[in-house]
Amino acid sequence: MSAVFEQIFQVGFLAAIIRIATPLAFATLGEMFSERAGVLNLGIEGIMLLSAMAGFTAASLSGSLWLGVLVAVLVGALMGALHALFTVALGLSQHVCGIGVTLFCSGLAYFLYRLIFGQQSVPPSIGGFKPVPIPLLSDVPILGPAVFNQFTLVYLAIIAIPLAAFVLYRTPWGLSVRMVGENPRAADSAGVSVIATRFQAVILGGALMGLAGAFLTMAQFNAFTFGVVSGRGWVAIALVVFGRWDPWRSAGAALLFAFVDALQLRMQASGLGHIPYEAFLMLPFIFTIVAMAFMSRNAVAPSALLKPFRREER
Amino acid sequence: MFRLEGRTSTPAWFNLALPLVAIAATLILCSGLIAIAGAGVVEAYGVMISASLGDSYAITETLVRAAPMIFTGLAVAIAFRAKFWNIGAEGQLLAGAVASCFVGAIPMPGYLAMLLMALVGAAAGALVALVPATLRVKFKVDDVVSSLLLNSVIYYALMALIEGPWKDTFSGYPISPPIEDSANFPVLIEGTRLHLGVVVALIAAPLCWFLIARTTLGFRIRVTGENPEAARYGGINVQRVLLSTALLSGALAGLAGVGEVGGVHFQVMSDISPGYGYSGIVVAMLARLNPLGVVPAAIFLAAVMTGAEAMSRATGVPAFLSDVIQGTALLAMLVALLFTAYRIRRVGAQT
Repeated sequence: MSAVFEQIFQVGFLAAIIRIATPLAFATLGEMFSERAGVLNLGIEGIMLLSAMAGFTAASLSGSLWLGVLVAVLVGALMGALHALFTVALGLSQHVCGIGVTLFCSGLAYFLYRLIFGQQSVPPSIGGFKPVPIPLLSDVPILGPAVFNQFTLVYLAIIAIPLAAFVLYRTPWGLSVRMVGENPRAADSAGVSVIATRFQAVILGGALMGLAGAFLTMAQFNAFTFGVVSGRGWVAIALVVFGRWDPWRSAGAALLFAFVDALQLRMQASGLGHIPYEAFLMLPFIFTIVAMAFMSRNAVAPSALLKPFRREER
Repeated sequence: MFRLEGRTSTPAWFNLALPLVAIAATLILCSGLIAIAGAGVVEAYGVMISASLGDSYAITETLVRAAPMIFTGLAVAIAFRAKFWNIGAEGQLLAGAVASCFVGAIPMPGYLAMLLMALVGAAAGALVALVPATLRVKFKVDDVVSSLLLNSVIYYALMALIEGPWKDTFSGYPISPPIEDSANFPVLIEGTRLHLGVVVALIAAPLCWFLIARTTLGFRIRVTGENPEAARYGGINVQRVLLSTALLSGALAGLAGVGEVGGVHFQVMSDISPGYGYSGIVVAMLARLNPLGVVPAAIFLAAVMTGAEAMSRATGVPAFLSDVIQGTALLAMLVALLFTAYRIRRVGAQT
């Protein structure tokens, strides 16, 4: 048994957790900003896919990975704006629009990818980001090679979590976001533009989803496949709820999910096939559904989630 | 200056005009993609139409593809009527497919097998839909998120089955063993794939319309959706209506899976549904949640899907155009629906 544990908990295991958690952390923070402003973005799955594809294409055609990241972020922000246009400006139903955005973005990603790269038996790949060791810190035993010898995007995710918490809880804009998500009427009376704030939050959220997509095709897999996102967007939706709409808790939830996922991958690789790996992949969804049942009693969700705001209607 | 003004009633011709406007807008928008791909727009759409509706065989293929979307479209339409936000038709479909495949693999007389497949498949779908509905009624859990997340749970359960204990030992692929030949739904026209399930889907639509428009349960569903306060005041048990709606909606989505197993694939694989559950949302919205409208809406999407493959072969435009059309159509329809709630009124320049 101890041999099995050794096989599972190597240094590489910790590094794998961090890498699996990174795109989830970006996506979860993105969804969280959107939902804190009162806008559920079910377009996340499609936005991640389209950004992943756009970033990969830009990087592959230009040879510049950072240009790819920039394109992915811009595409994510643009699609966030599209979702905001429908749900915030026009006040259409958020869940149906979200599904529409996901269908539209996924379709567009498949279409453009096939148009640009054609049908190839082996999907084209790029030389993705290389790990950048941080001097001194990367020499710390165990933690060093796992956490401080990673892609720059991983460091960005680690910085993004406290930054998101700071922006949400300590800046005037963060206060506006929370106000328009909790009580848009009061925010409006206090002179906060509900429409503008929601637009900004959903666009920022889209940009973060774009970063998540960029990480998948430029650091994790270095290629675009039609299943590259494969439900990670839905996982992020679950993690936001599980993390109670808080940046720290959401990121913690992403880390927990990544741990389970990495464990599952290790167990598969080590031939411990007694428990089907799908059982692990199901866990975050089941946990979240159960957690929602318990949490609903103390109503932690933003009060105005799913509710469009129209100033003239009272 | 123009101003948006609230509107309380809509003329009847809106029901037909709005989806047509949305579809026209979608096709115009997507013609840009055809042009980018370097093909003639008229030619590409021409191939799409002729390959999906041009001859009798093409029509049967389109109908075969429309059948699951008629069921999921009905499932979503009825659920949304009660404002039970069932985004989980995909999972309910998969549950129906798995359950009916289990039953279909048991040797028994064909007609009995088909009947049991339908019953068990519908029950499985209903059971899945009952989860988000119960959570909403008992724990006030948001049904949008719970029904959506359940799709992933069911999908992984299906994968665990077909990669594990249920794996087809004969082929070794991650697919389920096939159902009994006698349980295969009869083909109605020799030389086509038009199976009994398609007819059942076409009959289900008017039945659902009757249920919604003419029965007590239908009335309760509509009142619950339109004004739950009034429903409660009028002595309707809103919670019970929501649960009944979920059962009905889930059963319909389950039947979509039954049809795919019994009439098309005869077994279960990971990609048995290319997102028919989500397409059901597009269908239901295009149909303005009217069960009768679900049939033409599903046929439209099915025609786009079958047509896109032929268009791709003829013009080189990627067949994924059909996915873009689906998403665009949903968004265009949502925008078009604004005209039912608002009208644009010209007002004096001084205001």
